[in-house]
Amino acid sequence: MNTEESTATSDPNLDPPCDPEDALIEIKDFNFFYGTAQALYDLNFDIPEKKVTAFIGPSGCGKSTLLRSINRMNDLIDGAHHQGDIIINGHSVFDPLTEVISLRKRIGMVFQKSNPFPKSIYENVIYGLRVSGRNKKGELDQVVMESLKGAALWDEVKDRLHESALGLSGGQMQRLCIARAIANKPEVILMDEPCSALDPIATGKIEELIHELKNQFTIVIVTHNMQQAARVSDNTAFFYLGKLIEYSTTENIFFNPKQAQTEAYITGRFG
Amino acid sequence: MKRFFHSELDTLKSHLMLMGEKAGDAVKKSVQSLSDKEVELADAVIDGDDEIDALEIAIDQEATRYLTLRSPVASDLRLLTVAIKASHDLERVGDEARNIAKRARKLLLKSGLSGDIYHIPQMDLLAREMLRMALQAFLHEDPEKAYAVLDKDEEVDQSNRENVKAFIKEAKTDPNEIKRCLDLIFISKSLERIADHATNLAEEVIFLTTGKETRHNLEV
Repeated sequence: MNTEESTATSDPNLDPPCDPEDALIEIKDFNFFYGTAQALYDLNFDIPEKKVTAFIGPSGCGKSTLLRSINRMNDLIDGAHHQGDIIINGHSVFDPLTEVISLRKRIGMVFQKSNPFPKSIYENVIYGLRVSGRNKKGELDQVVMESLKGAALWDEVKDRLHESALGLSGGQMQRLCIARAIANKPEVILMDEPCSALDPIATGKIEELIHELKNQFTIVIVTHNMQQAARVSDNTAFFYLGKLIEYSTTENIFFNPKQAQTEAYITGRFG
Repeated sequence: MKRFFHSELDTLKSHLMLMGEKAGDAVKKSVQSLSDKEVELADAVIDGDDEIDALEIAIDQEATRYLTLRSPVASDLRLLTVAIKASHDLERVGDEARNIAKRARKLLLKSGLSGDIYHIPQMDLLAREMLRMALQAFLHEDPEKAYAVLDKDEEVDQSNRENVKAFIKEAKTDPNEIKRCLDLIFISKSLERIADHATNLAEEVIFLTTGKETRHNLEV
């Protein structure tokens, strides 16, 4: 199909998967620019609490830009600016009174490539607490155990907590990064291609973990792996050329998408 | 590593077993209504068919959802394709039981049903035994048991042929009995079809467990 011709299709929220009262994250009239280049166009949708929401779409569609706007990671890019708002739990992330460091504790992030600090496993998990000045050993020990258990890593590392995190396997490092994120008890965990560097077994463990974590946290995941989006997410948003093309339950998106572009993309007929 | 969604396959299997039990029970009651001359049993079978139909739809939806979301491969994928086909076979078993019940009801209310019903009770027993074996083969993924089902189908076919001959002979002898004999021929044919559906189910189990195709006398 000619995707260019049908870009400006109809309402992407034909079948919204999030009731307004369940929304934890509200994206309102959101536009984003890298200098003069517009990357996101008029995004309006809600992300529900304690669900997994997947952002899918081809490279350059804006899904990572939107993810990184949620915890203001894009502030670090020269010339980047936005219009509109992203509201989490009733508070704008762009409010001048919002303190960015505390925002990023409320909104944890897991990256494509695991990025443990060159410190012990223990110190990696409690890094955020140390930065906040929390140093009571009993409390820290408890957080380390709970976070590593929450990240399904405790049994594998409990006997070597004070060894370097850099000695872990790729999959273990990624789960350590998840433990580090949940140690701060965030409201939201953002995941940017968290399994793209992992083998199928490590990927399976992360997917299992995501399924467990949604009982406690709201998760937004960007993935190029559509099977992964289908397996782990409750709702899926499909983006193309900076626009939200369709947003619905994952079952609807992958079984009976309403938009021709979504159908073309997920069936591999794109372009 | 057992994945969080693998339990959905267990649910699917249990729904298929439940559907099989309901379909088998409907066959039993439909023939019992005829042999024991109980119209109420026939009514119960006719009314209960909706439950079997609803299970077919539920199983199809569960299988489709799994196919959509879980990227199944190998034995999981075969299980899903088999589940969709098996649910259709079991739905047809339910329909045949309802057809038997409807004819039994008509026969009982019109004539009170006198005369011989020949091999119909034995066909009922054998067809239900085949169905039970096919379901057990599915549950335990046992191809040997499934192959044993295929061996029994000819016995049911032979009983049906003998029934047809006997009822035609009766009808020729006494034309007043044509309608009764026709209804009983259709009942006999329904039981023969039920055995065919049990055979289909067994062939599907053989495919599920071995990957071999035995339909239409092919062994691939």
